[in-house]
Amino acid sequence: MAPAAPRQRPAWAAALARRLAVTAAVLGGLWGLWEGYRWLWSTEGWTRPFVVDYLTMPHIHEMFQRLLEPSRSEGPLLIGLLLKSAAFTAREALAGFALGALIGFTIGVVLHHSLFLQRGLLPFIVASQTVPILAIAPMVVIWLGGKGLPVWVPVAVIAAYLTFFPVTINTLRGLGSADPRALELMRSYAASPWKVLWKVKVPASLPYVFTALKVSATASVVGAIIGELPSGIQDGLGGAILNFNQYYSLEPASLWATNIVAAALGIAFFGAVVGAEKLVVRRAPEHVG
Amino acid sequence: MTHEHAAAAVHIAGVSKVFGKGGTHALDDIELEFQPGEFISLIGPSGCGKSTLLRVIGDLLEPSEGLVRIGGKTAHQARLDRDYGMVFQDPVLYDWRTVARNIGLPLEMMGWDRRRRAERVQAMIELVELGGFADHHPWQLSGGMQQRVAIARAFAFEPALLLMDEPFGALDEMTRERMNIELLRIWGASGSTVVFVTHSIAEAVFLSTRVVVMSPRPGRVAGIVPVDLPYPRVFETREDSRFFELVTAVRELLRGGAPAPVGVEA
Repeated sequence: MAPAAPRQRPAWAAALARRLAVTAAVLGGLWGLWEGYRWLWSTEGWTRPFVVDYLTMPHIHEMFQRLLEPSRSEGPLLIGLLLKSAAFTAREALAGFALGALIGFTIGVVLHHSLFLQRGLLPFIVASQTVPILAIAPMVVIWLGGKGLPVWVPVAVIAAYLTFFPVTINTLRGLGSADPRALELMRSYAASPWKVLWKVKVPASLPYVFTALKVSATASVVGAIIGELPSGIQDGLGGAILNFNQYYSLEPASLWATNIVAAALGIAFFGAVVGAEKLVVRRAPEHVG
Repeated sequence: MTHEHAAAAVHIAGVSKVFGKGGTHALDDIELEFQPGEFISLIGPSGCGKSTLLRVIGDLLEPSEGLVRIGGKTAHQARLDRDYGMVFQDPVLYDWRTVARNIGLPLEMMGWDRRRRAERVQAMIELVELGGFADHHPWQLSGGMQQRVAIARAFAFEPALLLMDEPFGALDEMTRERMNIELLRIWGASGSTVVFVTHSIAEAVFLSTRVVVMSPRPGRVAGIVPVDLPYPRVFETREDSRFFELVTAVRELLRGGAPAPVGVEA
């Protein structure tokens, strides 16, 4: 009987294991920094830049512990409550992300085809992003609120406002990155501008667009959370943050726990875009960013 | 246009091209006529305007003066009618498309349906001997194979005219000589007219029915060398004494128009 061949771990499994190890090392390192800083400052009694105690820097394990405790006496677990809030915010952020990406891409395409519009409009598009979102949000809520629309619609619009800008800028850049000889080839086929756009320019722009979408994915979550504040929406993470802010002196770990969930939501959005990019963008391996 | 010109594959009359205001004089009063089925090489030093002339023929550049007719049509109309195929020095393949979908691109542009496209693409893949690579992506192929994909793409819609801008310039000598023989085989099977830009004298003589020698600044036709070597041309053709005579004739013209020992038209 032939000896059984030694079982080889497939390459993807090894890569995954390596990645998990790196992630664990980074998390462990951050945990060590936080707890080490906390330990040093509290044993030495240092007060600069701020006093370290259970209020300013709760233990990390307390934050995670808090997730598994009831939100209030006899209430559901905090994690359940926060996941529900996260789902609510995720819907706003997703709608805002989709809307913003679509608008951003469309503006990019239009500006690419008209230097006149590009010169005229681009400064205002840039200016739109210098206005703080906190100043815009209440106006959007006033304009769109109480029109029979679901309450989360104004929030999605606010998220879209944060989302579209990087997409516009990178779409513009990406459409212009098409190989001039590829464009010459299309010209030799007497291709319509529409075909040139879809067959050459848009595929060439995708790596740029996805870079923007990664930025926008996390921005849309931030936009949704901030948008909830002036809307008075209690069901999302924004509401939870506002709520736990008020109880911070009593239970600081709750706010930190909420932040963890908010961060996880942002990472999930980011990860979804990375996954979509892998499915959509097929290029030479050395071009994959 | 007079009747006799209507039959010419390419008719170039008094074409000049100046880039920018009072800028480079790339082409000066070019007069040429190529017959259907000819294989024409344009050869000359850098800056002689051979690539510019190719782009003027293909209506990718407008001439400053003069006119170009392709099969009796204006160059512009010929481009709109997709009467010619184009191959560049770089294969210019789309990374995100497979070999088959790269070859099928012009057919897509022309609105061929999926089945007809698949059949033609398959035939082209066999013609350029890339069987088994249909689903590969360009970056998985060698430089020579990529250029074969570009050639298959250009021939896919059977254009009457093929414009090639130093298509083998980036390949090594061995691959280049093999590709030359393949190109002649494909050209022989297609019956197309080829206009081929190169700066290799041997390549020009080996491939062509006629070699158009150009001189630089401004780009002018220095002379035309008809090549009377019989087809099919094979590896041994390059060792033929007649081949060397013709190479010498082209070289003499390139060096400044000294009278060549063999028949020179202009």
